[in-house]
Amino acid sequence: MKEQTNILIIDDEEVVISSISKIATLEGYSVDSVLDAFSALQKISSSKYNLIICDIMLPGMDGFQFLAELESKRIDTPVIMTTGYSTIENAVKSLYTGAIEFIPKPFTVDEMISVISRGIKYSSIMKLRKSNDDSILLVPCPAKYYRLGYSGWMNKDNDGSVLIGATDSFIKTIDQIKKIELLSTNEKLTQATPAVKFETEDGLVHQLYSVISGIIIAGNERLINEPELLEKDPYFDGWIYRIVPTELEYEMKLLIPCSSDRS
Amino acid sequence: MILVRKIFGKISLKLIGVVSVTVILIIGVYSYFNVTSQSDVLLAEVERHANQLSESVKNSTRYVMLLNQRDHIQEMINRIGKDPAIDNVRILNKEGEIIYSAHPEDIGKMLDKQAESCYACHAENKALEKLPIRQRTRIFKTHSDSSRILGIINPIYNEKSCYLADCHAHSENAKVLGVLDITISLTEVDEQIKQNEIREILFAVIAITAIGFIIGFFVKRWVDHPVRELVNATDQVAAGNLNYIIKNLSTDELGTLGKSFNNMIKKLDETSQQLYQSTKMASLGQLAAGVAHEINNPLTGVLTYSSFLLKRTKDNPQMQEDLNVIVRETLRSREIVKGLLDFARQSTPKKSSIDVNDIINHAIAVVNNQLKLNKVNLVKELDPSLPKITADANQIQQVFLNLFVNGIDAIGQNGGTLIVKTSQISLSPRGITQIKSAVCAKTHSLIDAEHKIGGMPSLRMKIKSNGNEGFVNIDPVYGSYRHYFGIAYDKNSSVNLACPVCDISFLDKNSKCPKCGGPIYKFQIPNQGFLEGCASFKDDWQKWDFVDRAGEKKFVEINVTDSGCGIPPENLNKIFEPFFTTKGQRGTGLGLSVIWGIIDNHNGSITVESKVGIGTTFSVRLPQQ
Repeated sequence: MKEQTNILIIDDEEVVISSISKIATLEGYSVDSVLDAFSALQKISSSKYNLIICDIMLPGMDGFQFLAELESKRIDTPVIMTTGYSTIENAVKSLYTGAIEFIPKPFTVDEMISVISRGIKYSSIMKLRKSNDDSILLVPCPAKYYRLGYSGWMNKDNDGSVLIGATDSFIKTIDQIKKIELLSTNEKLTQATPAVKFETEDGLVHQLYSVISGIIIAGNERLINEPELLEKDPYFDGWIYRIVPTELEYEMKLLIPCSSDRS
Repeated sequence: MILVRKIFGKISLKLIGVVSVTVILIIGVYSYFNVTSQSDVLLAEVERHANQLSESVKNSTRYVMLLNQRDHIQEMINRIGKDPAIDNVRILNKEGEIIYSAHPEDIGKMLDKQAESCYACHAENKALEKLPIRQRTRIFKTHSDSSRILGIINPIYNEKSCYLADCHAHSENAKVLGVLDITISLTEVDEQIKQNEIREILFAVIAITAIGFIIGFFVKRWVDHPVRELVNATDQVAAGNLNYIIKNLSTDELGTLGKSFNNMIKKLDETSQQLYQSTKMASLGQLAAGVAHEINNPLTGVLTYSSFLLKRTKDNPQMQEDLNVIVRETLRSREIVKGLLDFARQSTPKKSSIDVNDIINHAIAVVNNQLKLNKVNLVKELDPSLPKITADANQIQQVFLNLFVNGIDAIGQNGGTLIVKTSQISLSPRGITQIKSAVCAKTHSLIDAEHKIGGMPSLRMKIKSNGNEGFVNIDPVYGSYRHYFGIAYDKNSSVNLACPVCDISFLDKNSKCPKCGGPIYKFQIPNQGFLEGCASFKDDWQKWDFVDRAGEKKFVEINVTDSGCGIPPENLNKIFEPFFTTKGQRGTGLGLSVIWGIIDNHNGSITVESKVGIGTTFSVRLPQQ
């Protein structure tokens, strides 16, 4: 069963399918593709996939409807959303409605490789958890925290500032961190746009999206010399930025409360 | 029929018609009564005259009667009857026999008691003996076509001297001895009455015609012309010409109507412009989003495949270099498309600390080729000590790029000079600070985004003056005086300014304008103190302590001067409006309005000075802090 099909690509543009296929194939994954969401649902019912990469603007059923359809059918294959209409709203909505990643078009080869690698890793972690394998332990984020998709968290501090960081599940989907590139203070973060760059031992560069918008008032300088802090204590000592939020109330509506993970 | 309806459907003709009918009625009735009373007076005069005559005849014949000299009497009557005005003189006895007559052939004839000369007394078969003078006269015609005749009878009563006279012609018992009947021709009187009638009719006709013409003239002038002008204006507006203005307005109600019409059209024009712009903006946003989506898919292909080629050709440095250009430029396209999407979403500036000189140099590098192609000599006068400012580098670069491209376009193919100058300046807040929010005591906002002054939303207040009530739009630039008065406003009359929502007054009774001593208005600028100003609007006095106390503000000023064709004065205040373009199909008309928006977002200002044929200077000021 080495020839198992791993990734399903749903996009109405042939050139996008061929681009993603090429990247995935060169990375050693096997690929299947369809041009619309209905055919995708048919494919999923007949064969198993580790990962789905889905366009938002699709004929007939769009990406969000497709996500809802998967949820109602209790299909838990991780989905990466992509779109040419790459607005912040689409990114946030995708992550809120169940996609694990959002990658705007056009993407570079490296960006796509890192996203796929995280997706495949995530998929395998979920599979292990499902089979009650205790070899992998995910530390859930504290109940009063909020997260954007599965990767970033935020916590409102008493003084009105907000701490943001990476969740344990994000850290577990990437390789050993070699280098962290932080933005400098006073720079502005926008929700669902890249905030941190992680270079990992496998040579990939991973970008973590900012959970909310705001102005950075401090970065966790300790992380630069001790990236392992992120693995050891992702929710407290491993914080990344302290920011002054600009649109907290509006943006929190599209975040997932971590308390909902404990059911 | 249509023609008739058209003619009589006209308001002026209707008015003239109604007035004419009224005049005809009044003058007709007046003339009628005038003519009747005149003829009554004439007749009464004739009657009096006849009565006098009759008395005279009676008296002068009395003595001869007593002497019973009948020849003598006949002779007298003949002589009197010769008068042309007198038709006949007769004396009848009691039995109706004509005893004497001016027409001798009648003598001896008997008159029936039913004859018109007897009727007055004998109508009831029992003879009356005394009659008032009015009943003794009668007007009759002998035949239908003869002239009218007035007859007067004068009874001759029995007296002592009559029955005692020697002739013993009358017995003592008779009361009435006979009747003197004089008839007078009314030809002359009738002639005069007729002449009076003709005069009256002539007067009436002349009066009616004159009134008709006079009314017609003024109705045409005061009603017809303005109404036609109004109709013309509505036709123009209906045809889509919203710039039409009714000129030569009078001061009457129609003038006021015209003024409100002009006002209405102005408002209509503004709102339709705004509507047009917002729909255009919305569809442009949709277009941008659609284009972004469509372009991003092919870009994905280009980016992926060029990246792969880059990986595959690691041993070919020449090819690597070329492929790198492709990858780099594709990434640039990605940013452009992202910018397009951001435009559709009206993104907020991403501010950081930037060096304006650096940004200008970047922008120059981008347009360098265009400068060379158009033989433009670029002069840089950059101040090396320019402080860094907080701004969005990309947006500010877009501003300069746009200004440079505009300058190059204005210079055209024949070459010229483009001067870019940076400097530091300090400015008083007066005349440059925009009032961006203002509220009344009950925190109702005064900002009127519908009515812009100098491109900025103005402040709207209710104004009451001389019983007039309307709105005034205050210039939103502190210390600047380009207010718009929605009503005719007399600067010397008393005035009240109030909140358009709750009517609370803005007048500050405790202070007076230091320039003219008149009343002042005062309202709150949220978090920035109060603004005061001269409420009689006689002068431009304004005070805003909050910004005055902050002192002069420091700006970085960037001047971009071209030696191009210049902008005609009538276009100068339009160039920052969205979709205004002189480039026809080549321009979207968005460039300068986007620049304006960016500068405004940075709390800066942009102004323009231009002379046709000499060149244009754009001055951008960005606050240092």
